[in-house]
Order: sequence, then C-alpha cells, then structure tokens
Amino acid sequence: MSQLAAEGAGAQVAVSVPQLKGEPTRWRLLLRRPTYLVGAAIIVFWIVCAVFGRQIAAYNPLAQQLLGVNTAPSGAHWFGTDNLGRDVLARVIVGSREILIVTPLATLLGTVLGTILGLAMGYLGGAFDLLVGRVVEAVLALPSVIVAFLFIVALGPSVPTVILVIGLIFTPLIARTVRSSVLTERHLDYIASARLLGEKPGRIMFVEILPNVLPAILVEFTVRLGYAIFTVATLSFLGFGIQPPTSDWGADIAYANQNNALLSGYWWQVLFPALAIASLVVAINLITDSIEQVLAS
Amino acid sequence: MSEPSKSPILLSVSHLDVTYQVREQDRLALSDVCFEIARGESYGLVGESGSGKSTVALALMRYLPKNGRVSAGSIAIDGKDPLSLGGHALRELRAKTVSMVYQEPLRALNPSLRIGKQVAEAFAVIGSGKDEARAKAEEMLRKVQISDPGRVMQRYPHELSGGMAQRVVIAMALASSPELLILDEPTTALDATVEAEVLDLISALRSEFDTSVLFISHNLAVIAKMCDRVGVLYAGELVEEGGAQAVFDNPRHPYTVGLLRCIPRRGQRKDHDRLDTIPGFLPTPGHGLNGCVFAPRCALVQDQCRAAEPPLIEIAAADGHSGRTSRCFFNEQAPDLPRSTPADVAASTELTEEPLVVMKSLSKTFKGGVRALADVDLSVRQGETLGLVGESGSGKTTLARVLLGLTSPDPGAVVTLDGASLAPQVQRRQRGVLRKLQIVFQNPDSALNRRHSVRSLIARPLHRLAGLSGADLQQRLTELVASVRLEERHLALRPAQLSGGLKQRVAIARAFGSGPSIVVCDEPTSALDVSVQAAILNLLADLQAAEQTTYVFISHDLGLVRYLSDRIVVLYLGRVMEVGPAEAVFSGPHHPYTEALLSAVPSLDGMHPERIKLTGEIPSAANPPQGCVFHTRCPRRLSTGVCESTEPPLLEGEPGHQIRCHIPLTELRKVPAETSGGSQ
Amino acid sequence: MGLFLLRRLGLMVLTLWIVTLIVFLAGQILPGDPGRAILGNLASQQSVQVLDHQLGVDRPLVVRYFTWLGGLFHGNMGTSYTYRTAVEPFVRAALINSVKLGLLAFVIVVPLSIFGGVVAALFNGRWPDRVISITGLSLATVPEFVSGSVLVVIFGVELKWLPVSAQAGAGASDLQQFRHLILPAIPLVFVLFGYIARMARAGTIEALNSDYTRTAVLKGLRRSTVIRRHALRNSLLPTITVIATQTGYLIGGLVVVETLFNYQGIGNLIYKAAVGKDFPMLDAGVLIIGVVYVLATLAADLLLMWLNPRLRAEEAS
Repeated sequence: MSQLAAEGAGAQVAVSVPQLKGEPTRWRLLLRRPTYLVGAAIIVFWIVCAVFGRQIAAYNPLAQQLLGVNTAPSGAHWFGTDNLGRDVLARVIVGSREILIVTPLATLLGTVLGTILGLAMGYLGGAFDLLVGRVVEAVLALPSVIVAFLFIVALGPSVPTVILVIGLIFTPLIARTVRSSVLTERHLDYIASARLLGEKPGRIMFVEILPNVLPAILVEFTVRLGYAIFTVATLSFLGFGIQPPTSDWGADIAYANQNNALLSGYWWQVLFPALAIASLVVAINLITDSIEQVLAS
Repeated sequence: MSEPSKSPILLSVSHLDVTYQVREQDRLALSDVCFEIARGESYGLVGESGSGKSTVALALMRYLPKNGRVSAGSIAIDGKDPLSLGGHALRELRAKTVSMVYQEPLRALNPSLRIGKQVAEAFAVIGSGKDEARAKAEEMLRKVQISDPGRVMQRYPHELSGGMAQRVVIAMALASSPELLILDEPTTALDATVEAEVLDLISALRSEFDTSVLFISHNLAVIAKMCDRVGVLYAGELVEEGGAQAVFDNPRHPYTVGLLRCIPRRGQRKDHDRLDTIPGFLPTPGHGLNGCVFAPRCALVQDQCRAAEPPLIEIAAADGHSGRTSRCFFNEQAPDLPRSTPADVAASTELTEEPLVVMKSLSKTFKGGVRALADVDLSVRQGETLGLVGESGSGKTTLARVLLGLTSPDPGAVVTLDGASLAPQVQRRQRGVLRKLQIVFQNPDSALNRRHSVRSLIARPLHRLAGLSGADLQQRLTELVASVRLEERHLALRPAQLSGGLKQRVAIARAFGSGPSIVVCDEPTSALDVSVQAAILNLLADLQAAEQTTYVFISHDLGLVRYLSDRIVVLYLGRVMEVGPAEAVFSGPHHPYTEALLSAVPSLDGMHPERIKLTGEIPSAANPPQGCVFHTRCPRRLSTGVCESTEPPLLEGEPGHQIRCHIPLTELRKVPAETSGGSQ
Repeated sequence: MGLFLLRRLGLMVLTLWIVTLIVFLAGQILPGDPGRAILGNLASQQSVQVLDHQLGVDRPLVVRYFTWLGGLFHGNMGTSYTYRTAVEPFVRAALINSVKLGLLAFVIVVPLSIFGGVVAALFNGRWPDRVISITGLSLATVPEFVSGSVLVVIFGVELKWLPVSAQAGAGASDLQQFRHLILPAIPLVFVLFGYIARMARAGTIEALNSDYTRTAVLKGLRRSTVIRRHALRNSLLPTITVIATQTGYLIGGLVVVETLFNYQGIGNLIYKAAVGKDFPMLDAGVLIIGVVYVLATLAADLLLMWLNPRLRAEEAS
C-alpha cells in the first residue's frame, strides 16, 4: 500500500512539472465539501444574530412581561417566554453575542501563546522543554473547567477575565500539540540545512518551522474553539461567566434550572438555548472535520 | 477437457488495464500489459518509480488500494482468475497458490505478535493443526537458514535485523509451497552483503520448492542476476520483453537502451566518460498521448511514433525464435540511439597534495554506548572526491555530520579546515567557515523547506553566507540557477511542484550558493531513479570541474563511488578498514570486508565473480566484537586467534593505500587474483 | 524497567508538586481576607483578625504553603472555613460518590466508543464513518449541562423512565442507587465517546493500511481474523492512553453533572467550596483530582508497556 502510494505520488509529481498546472487549491476543495458549507452557514447565521440581534428580534430580550410569564411556544412567542415573561427567542438571538466575542479571542490568545511556547519547547528541547513540560502536564492534570472557575472566582467574573483565563488554560494544551508537530519537523534535514547557513534559533523556529506546522495549528485552533464554547457556556451555567441580566445561553439555562423550569414543564426555557449552543458547537465541528479531511487528502 | 494444471503456462496476464481514481479523475496506471510466466520460470519486471510495477503485483493478488480497479483485461493464475473469484476461493488462492514478499520486511510483520505465531499461522490457514503448524514453522525457518529457529520463534519483529526479518517473511510466503512467488523489491531495504545472502537464499529455495517467481525491482543488475526473462515497464506499458541476458546485453527499445546507459559501468569514470541521460519526464498517467508513450523523450522519434501506438513487435533473431518483443517501430536502430548528453568531459580538477581537511582521533559515542565512530584519522585533499563506503551502522553519515558540526564528536577530536581548528558545534562556527562547508542531503523532500519557494531557498545562502544583496544577488542567483540547469520558471514554485531530480538540483544550488570549498554529498542520488541519478552525477562532476570543489561522497553503491571518487574510505562499525586511491581499493589487494562488499554487488556486465560469502549479522555498534571488529563475519579469519584478540592497526602497504588487517599484504593479494581469473 | 519506573515516578512527583503550587496560588490571589468572608460585613475587625489568626491566614505566604504541604503528607488537608472541621471526611465521602458515577460512565463508554471507532474505521470515508465521526465530535463538545438538560426533559420529565435526581433516598438499595446514576452518567458518556472513538478510529485505520495487515490478508486469512488478530491488537494500544487522559475531562464534567443533578460528589464539593470561598475545601478537592489524573496516566503507561513488546524493549534498554 505504502509502496503503491509512493509510486502514485511520484507519478503525480513528475507530471505537474512540465505542465506547471496548479492543482485545485485547498480552499477550493474546502468549498466543495457540504459539511463545510453547512457549518459555515450556521456560523454566519449566529454572527448575523450577534451583530444585528436587536434589529432581528421581535421583542426586547430584557423586557419583562409580568402578564405573560412561562407561556408555551406560540405564534406570538415562537420559543415561549421565561418566568419573567421575557421572550426566549429574542434572548436566544441576542445571546449569541458574548460567546462569539469571548471564545474566538480566548482561543486566539491561547493559540498564539501556545504556538510560541510549543515552538520553543520542541526546538530548544533540553532543560527548558523538561521544565515547561512539567508545568504543562500539571495544568493538564486539572480539568480546564475547574481551573477556569478557580481563577475566575479569585479574579472576579468579567469578559476580559474570562478571555484571559481561558486563553491561558488553552496555552499548555496547544503548546503540547505544537511541540509534538515541531518534534517531527526537527528531524528533517531542512533544519540542519538552516543551521549550516548560520541561522539564529528565532528564525529557524518562526520562518523555517512555523509555516510547516501551521496546518496542524489551524486544526488545533478550530478544535479548541469548540472547547472554548463548551467551557464558556459551562462557566456561565455555573454562574462564573457572563453575568445576568445580559442574555447568555448558558446563564439562561442555569436560570431556568434554578427556577425548576423542567420539573414544572417549561422545557422551552432550557431546550432552545441548549439547541443554540449545540448548533454552534456542531457547526464548528463540521468545519474542523472538513479542514482535516482537506488537509489529509 | 484438459486439466488446467497441465498447462505449461502458470501465470498469464493479458491486456491488463488498471485505473486509479485520483481527485475524481481516472488515471490509467497500467495499459495493455501482457505477459506470461511458465512453470518454474523466474520472470523479472523492471521499471522506475511510476512505471506501475508494484501495481501489477497488487492486481495479481487483488489487493489494489480502494481507489484502484482493473478496468480491462484478465489474469489467470494456474487457470484461475483472481479478479472473478468469490471470497472463499480468493482466500484459497492466496493461501495456497500465490505468495508475496515485499520491500520492508520489518513492516510486513505484526509488531505485537511473536514470530512463531505469525509463521505458524501461514500453516494453520492451509489446514495444519496447532502443534503441527508450529513444528512446520520451525522446520521452514530452518530452511530459510535461520540457525536457531526455536529462539527466533519466541521473538518479536523489532528484535530482528532486516535480513532476518526478510527470511521470516520468505518462510511465511513459502509455507504452502506456492506455485507463484511474487517478490516486490525484496532486498531494496537491505545492506549489500545481506542482500547478496537473501538473493542466494531465494535462488536456492526456488529450485527446492520448484516455484515460479515474479521478481519486481528497479535494480537492473539484481534482475539480471535473478531472472530468466525480463519485462521492462515504462509509464504503465510493457515496452520490451525477452531473455534477461539478451535484453540487457542487446536492448531493443530506446528506453531500455537509455536506462542502461545511465548506470556507471566498470571502467567508466567522471573524468573520461560521462554517463548518458534520458531527457524529459515521465508522462502523466492517462496522458492522452496518441502514439508511443516514450515518444516525447525519444531521440529516434519519427512522425509515425506520434501518430500511432506501436504494438509489441516480435524481434527476429538469427536462429529464428528469439522470444523477444519491443514496443518500438525502430527497434533495429534502438542500440544506436544518439546520446542525449555528450560523452566528453570538461577539464578535470587539479589534485593537490595539500590536505584541506584533517580529522584526528575522531570518535563519537551516542547515548547508550553506541560507538558510531572509533578513532578515525582522515584527511581530505583539495579538489579531490573522497568516497565513503559502508553498510548501515558503519558511521559514514555520523562522520559527515561531525565534519559539518551538526553532531559534536567526543572530546579529544581535532578537525581542521585549511589548517585552522574547527569549532565542534555549527552554531559556534563563524560565517567564513560555514560558507566553506556545505552538504547535499540524501532526500531533497526533507532537506528543502516545503513552504519556501525555490527562489528563496536558493537566494538565502547567497544573502546569508555570500553576503550578497540587491542586483548582485539577483545576478548570482541567475548564474547559479543556470549552472544547475534549472529554469527561471522554476523559481516561483514550491519544492512539492518539482520532480525528485529537480528538487535535488535546488538542493545542489543551495549547497553551492556560498561558494564552498568542500561539499558533503550524503547519498545524493539514492532517493532518485536511475535515469535521474545519471543527470545529477553529471551535474556534480561538472560543478566540481568548474568550481574546483572538494567532495566527500557518501554512498552504499560501489558503482557510483567508483565512478566519482579519487580516493575511497571503507568504514565498518565506525572504523576505517581501508583507505586508498579508488582504483587501488577496487583492484586490490583489499581488506577482506572490501572484497566481500565488492563481490556482493550484482553487476550488469554478466560477470558474476565467485561470491565471497559473509555469514552472520552486522554486529551492533553498541557492542562491537573484541579484537578486529570484522572477525565475526570474516571469511579469511586467521587460525592463530589474533583476529579475535587484537585489533589490527591501519597499515600502509602501498603508497597512500592503508588496510586494517592482520593478514600480510602478500596473502591478501592472492585470492582476488584467483577469483577474477576464474570468472573470465 | 526499574529505571524507567523510577524516572516515571520522579516526573510524576514533580508534576504533582507543580499542581500543589498552582492550586495553592489560585487560592491566594483572591482579594479580600477569609475571616471577613466567613464572618460577613457586620463582624468587628477584631473578631475577623482573631479568626484569621486561628485559620493561620495572617502568616506569610511561604510559611502557609509549607504548612499546608506538610499537612498533606500527614493526611491533613486543612480545616474547612465553612464547617470549621477537617476537610478530609468531606473529600473522602465525595470522592467515593464520584468514583461510582465515573466508573459507571466508563463502563458504558469504553466498549461503546471503541466499537464505534472500529466500525467507523472499517467504513472509512463512507457514510457510517462520517455519521459516527461527526456525531462523536459534536457530542464531545456539547456541554454536559446542555445534553443533561435535554435528557432530563426527555427521559425524566416526559417519558418518566428514569429518576431526575442522582441521589437515591436514604436506605436505598445499590440497584436503586444505580438507576439514579444512569441519567447523570449519560452526559459524561457523550463527552467521552467522541474522543475515544476518534482515537480508536485513527488507530484502526492506520493498522488496516499497514503492511502487516496486507501480509495477513495475503496469507489467505479471513477478514474477521485479520481484523481481530492483527489489526485491533495494534490499533487499540494508543487508545488506552486516551482513555486514561480522559479521566481529567471526566472529572471536569462531574462538576457540571453533579451540580445539575445535585449529587454529592467531588465536583459538587468543589463547586460549593468555590461559591462559598471555602479555600481549604476547594484546594483539597482540586488536588485530589490532580492526584487521580496523574495516577490514571501512570497506570495507563504501565499497562501500555505491559501490552506492547516494542515499548517494553525500548524502555528496558
């Protein structure tokens, strides 16, 4: 099989030379995948909601209607109302805002820091790798949700805090992935070749190695983005994330639970925010999966 | 109704087409392939990468990858067509009639099962009981010349050497006494002396089991040695077929002619006879060419060739039946194919006696006590090519890496360049030193950063080490690109868009950019096809002549080393066993190990000198033998016991020719003379 | 082998030590002082100082850290701010409850996800694979409180098949308690399924594409034999490590699930301690989780070494 694959590849390579024809770019291949398109459509939908939520929603998400509390889904309130009479649909639409600001920023922070750390660990190796490796291992030993709320309790919940804490928690995770990619690159001769040109470690890490591990980092970013949504929503649910009355899916579910919405039969107060979170997560996974498939092909 | 088993033809492949679906497009990997193998015959399929030779094997076993399918034609093995058999019958065919052995034996064995279990399984599947299967497995392992089968059966694959593992795989393949044994590059991953042993074993077993063999290889000499008949595959088509000796002595297809001219022959040297090359590239599978597949690269091409595909044309022989075919309208002219590269050579390098590099007391011990180099003293003269020869574990690559500063030697070593001492680590070396010492790595895929463009890859050393910028850099870049015979249009591309040969040219341009005085070539052509190899060797020779560069040329291929080197160093387990002028090392008297290496290599000249057989495995460098490190395998070990107890010194018998052996020079001189006399 | 074990244990101790540092420091960056937090705003400054002295929080940071660390070696995990008694019995009881829930989740998820991963690998690229892979990946990243809430609506409220609370009443039999744990275990199973199935799939695909699988097929073995004897043996080894590292995520999930279902486990303990700013309790809970994780990965490494002859040989040399 491998022999055969190698032979096929050899033929393909030789072929592209005289013609100099570019193969379909990876971006093109990505656009051809239905899973990618569905995922992207869902994300775009939520981004539109986040930006234009107030204009789209038929009701003010904060407006209480004491005469219409806990009403079931109907023509007037498609997703029903909560125990203060607030429109669930409006809250779901507007609730996308915070999570769509917090999670990409937190993931980006973690990815940038993790990449720098991972490159240094993988390329420099030695005592630095051993030491930082232990810290990474120690952070991994603690579930990220727990570390997150440990620090958020200490620092007090706010959007910048949540971004900072989640970014920092993701740093070692991403560093570990980047490090292992760097280790495979490190054995390749182009590194030796660069050293023979007298290149400095900084250049070797960022100009020689980084472009080669970038696809792995891209996949890691999308995977972590999924987890960031997971973590932020969970923190909100536990009361350590985005604070009420600002609408947030996780916080709304927690609020409904506190009011025993499920036991009272007001399932819509939980189900629709839950579906919103699920749709976002699934969308990101669809995208991650298609990126991986394209990179593997 | 005749019984199918009575037929003298065991395997018949007719008009076979195989298609791979790549990126939603069909690509024809094999086109109209027809050949037959008679019972007891050994048939060789030879071709370069992309020729489709492995696809033939996989189609026969019906083990094509998911995206591949047989799109036309038929196969009959002992009268049965594997393509139409049902599940049970197919398993039966694989279990009893056909077996296959392929390139990497260690990967062919299941890493988490003991050897005994894996071999016994091959017997169990054809109906042996558990104990019987184990007993038969042990017996079979003995037949493949494993001396202690009981112990080997208890081992896991990772505990075996490559040669041993290939014996185990062969044992499994022969379990059912198959009618047909398919060998796909069975010795390509092995060292020369081990390869020779395994090839001998295959020949011996072939007659013992009376098995037909389909032998697939890129190595023409191995095919010549092992096969009765041969088929030459090019771009998925069989272009020539006939008796092995006849095809190699008197090829009748321009491709075969070109291929044979790419291989350095005995007596051919860089300074008086250049290798010929095959211009151009392999066409796309599913190329849509109307005529002959070789037409775009053929010097004999006529309009007729482009208009229609030539059939396999029977070649008439003087005695009437030649059994030879060639897919060429002009097969009679093929032997007189005009050269694509002129044979004359540019002025050769001036050799001086000045040592450029001197290495003294060079040792390198890796973690775990592996002594990769032991007390090596060497000098490299200005302008010469020093060939480093040795099997795996000999330390040849470590030696190069120490010289370059990529690996630091054990304390006490001295390396000087132009009389100045070199820092052991590359990061401590000044720019002026770095620019003088460069390398061409074995595998350009690994040596070239795949994310950088060819332009930036070549320009970087010019900027960094030669200190050029702006218009000067541009001008030098253009010169350099022309001197390695790349084209301007390649500059914007990434390495992955280039063929292997072009990639290696980029790597060579990078090495020569800084104007080095010494370039290490670490197996620079071993990842390339023969036809590409010749062009790269020519290029290296031309550059050397033009720039007066010194080469340290590392290779396991003695033919290449002989073609290119002025002096040769033979390494074994980190020791210099022999060093001397190239012709002296080849013609002898030589060290018994050199002698064995030389005789292990099959040659195309049709002369197969009586092989000096080595037995046993290459010992581990972590635990080398006492005394002379070669004594465990040496066929000429002295009976006095001195070889086991004392390591011999490196003695200079003839001027400039040193040998590390206890046997006196006069003794050493004797035997090679006898063998070469006997074979002529 | 001995040397490997020694090295591995040394690294483990180092990791645990860093865990104690992280846990301790996280507890210390909290603004305000514990005495005030416990006694409330109405208490006098003097009584707050007295309490702070009793709790030992008025001493320098380094002294407190080493006192705490020293206490840990004697099995003393500190005194709860909230309950004013030793933390240890609370942690012990909670840990036992969590282990029950966690084990149940593992017992369900390990065979299920390995099966799913292998099936996906056998159908590599075709629809069963895509369905299993994408479902798995999505379930893994849907927070437990989301799936938990949906499950409660369906099975607890609408269908009334399973009890909504995780804690069976006092005097309930083990079987009854087990019934109460099923619903809380499912969100954990969802999360774990994706990871483990993914690894099992990747390992199996690699094994199926390997040369040794080709050897086995070409020997004429049945497909089922090839898969069972040759492919799976090699493909499932890396999965063991993943299962071990998942204990960390499992415990993270416990915080949510135990809170959602009001189950008295370690996650709930940590949550309540965090809300009540009971730092000794919080530190003890988090530390225990770290210890469990480190031990689980150690066990996995040893198991892997025992199962994989090549690794065994490499480590021995």
